[in-house]
Amino acid sequence: MSIIKVTHLNYQYEAHKKILNDINFTVETGEWLAIIGHNGSGKSTLLRCLDGLLTPQSGQILINDTIMNDENIWQLRQKMGMIFQNPDEQFVRATVADDVAFALENAAVPPQLMQQRVHEALAAVGMLAYADKAPAQLSGGQKQRVALAGVIAQQPRLMLLDEATSMLDPDGRRLVLQIIKQLRQKYHLTLLSVTHDIDEAIMADRILIINDGHIIKNDTPAAIFTDKTLLSQLNLPIPYTEQLKNKLRQYHVPVPQGFYDIKEFVKYLWTLSSKM
Amino acid sequence: MNINQLIFGRYLPGNSFVHRMDPRAKLLLSFYFVLVVFIANDWCGYLFLALVTLFCIKLSRIKIKVFINGLKPLFVLILITILMQLFFTSGGHIYWQWGIFTLTSNGIISSVLITVRFILIIFMSTLLTLTTTPMAIADAMTALLRPLARFHLPVDEIGLMLSIALRMVPTLADEATQVMAAQRARGIDFNHGNLFKRGKALISLLIPMFVDSFNQATNLATAMEARGYQSGKPRTHYHQLHWQKTDTMALIVMLLIIPVLVFLRK
Repeated sequence: MSIIKVTHLNYQYEAHKKILNDINFTVETGEWLAIIGHNGSGKSTLLRCLDGLLTPQSGQILINDTIMNDENIWQLRQKMGMIFQNPDEQFVRATVADDVAFALENAAVPPQLMQQRVHEALAAVGMLAYADKAPAQLSGGQKQRVALAGVIAQQPRLMLLDEATSMLDPDGRRLVLQIIKQLRQKYHLTLLSVTHDIDEAIMADRILIINDGHIIKNDTPAAIFTDKTLLSQLNLPIPYTEQLKNKLRQYHVPVPQGFYDIKEFVKYLWTLSSKM
Repeated sequence: MNINQLIFGRYLPGNSFVHRMDPRAKLLLSFYFVLVVFIANDWCGYLFLALVTLFCIKLSRIKIKVFINGLKPLFVLILITILMQLFFTSGGHIYWQWGIFTLTSNGIISSVLITVRFILIIFMSTLLTLTTTPMAIADAMTALLRPLARFHLPVDEIGLMLSIALRMVPTLADEATQVMAAQRARGIDFNHGNLFKRGKALISLLIPMFVDSFNQATNLATAMEARGYQSGKPRTHYHQLHWQKTDTMALIVMLLIIPVLVFLRK
């Protein structure tokens, strides 16, 4: 079943050229879809339309077969969570626990239940020990984990990530991605992530490439990252495993055609070396 | 002292009777105490109030040294007030006179009284800020303003504004440090030169800070909308204030101060 269905979506700021031009795609329940593209390609705008933060000029967005409009957006949003890029600009309250509770306060959840959900959400992102800390005492990665807990506490079906790891250091990024992966499994979330990070895009089930407001590719990471002409055309970096495969080919080491992430590739390499 | 310490560094976590009191009770009593200090007008009364203050400090289990340190930033203000009282009060025996300055017995008495008043009020308000987080004070203020909601005062919005403002102080302070460092790297000198020059240097800090805080406010508002915040909609509150019997008792005991003061006057 499709959790999101977008048809003929158009968006433009007044008197500017179209940011989104006739966008059509669906997202299946439980799927992880990554949206990649250059700065100004319209990918963040698309995500904001999906969360109802921007109203498209024309086109339709269906969330769980309900057409999104001005009246039902607040209700639809209760089942959607969005994580933004800047950790500091989404931390609303003064302590970790308060911030996690913010969306619940807005939904008028009874205080008793709120305590329980905040506790559970903080445990899920490993931030329980920091419940009473102020944002100034946390690292960027920890703040993003708090933001994730804030979304989890809402018990959403759908999580939208707007370059959620782009302002973090490599360690923070790795940990946050790992937690996102865990949360997705534990809570059966559907994920939509706008990203510049190739490692994050590889983790997705499917990738949309947006350029100049058009969807130019909608395929699996394996198909996209083995397509060298496409990658060079779009100026996208070649993933590490693909670079390694190319190098190994030069030395006549047999490498598989399909696409592997690092873990799988390491596994392939050691089985290969034990065969030799 | 940087702005963070000024606003946040004062809270000392603890688990004393005063720490555990409802912030609403503490806030009410602090206002009440200021009033009472101005009602007292004789030595017996002040001695009694000083004892009450010392008792409250004892209850908080915070060292008196911390309170005395709290006086330091206000030292100049106190000194000026004392000198004004000392030399400009008329009446009583005149000890010394020079131009408009007169030193009278009344002047000496009232300057001592004003000092005692100052110290008592500062000690009590320091007790409030040492035992209560700024956020709890904001919560208490919102709760105490609640009856005004009937006159269409947007109490919840004011409360949220207050708490977001408090939450953003450290973030903006960080930001200011960064902008200053960046401007120094471009050759701006914040610490030397005359007042005009320093004022001009400050503009290079203020303009980026303005732009930045507006951007942050816009993004924060978007994030709040994404998390379902609608102003004017009924919300529940994660932080529940619990008014306990001990709070009522503390209130009653403190209310007894006025009768005692009246009694002491006779």
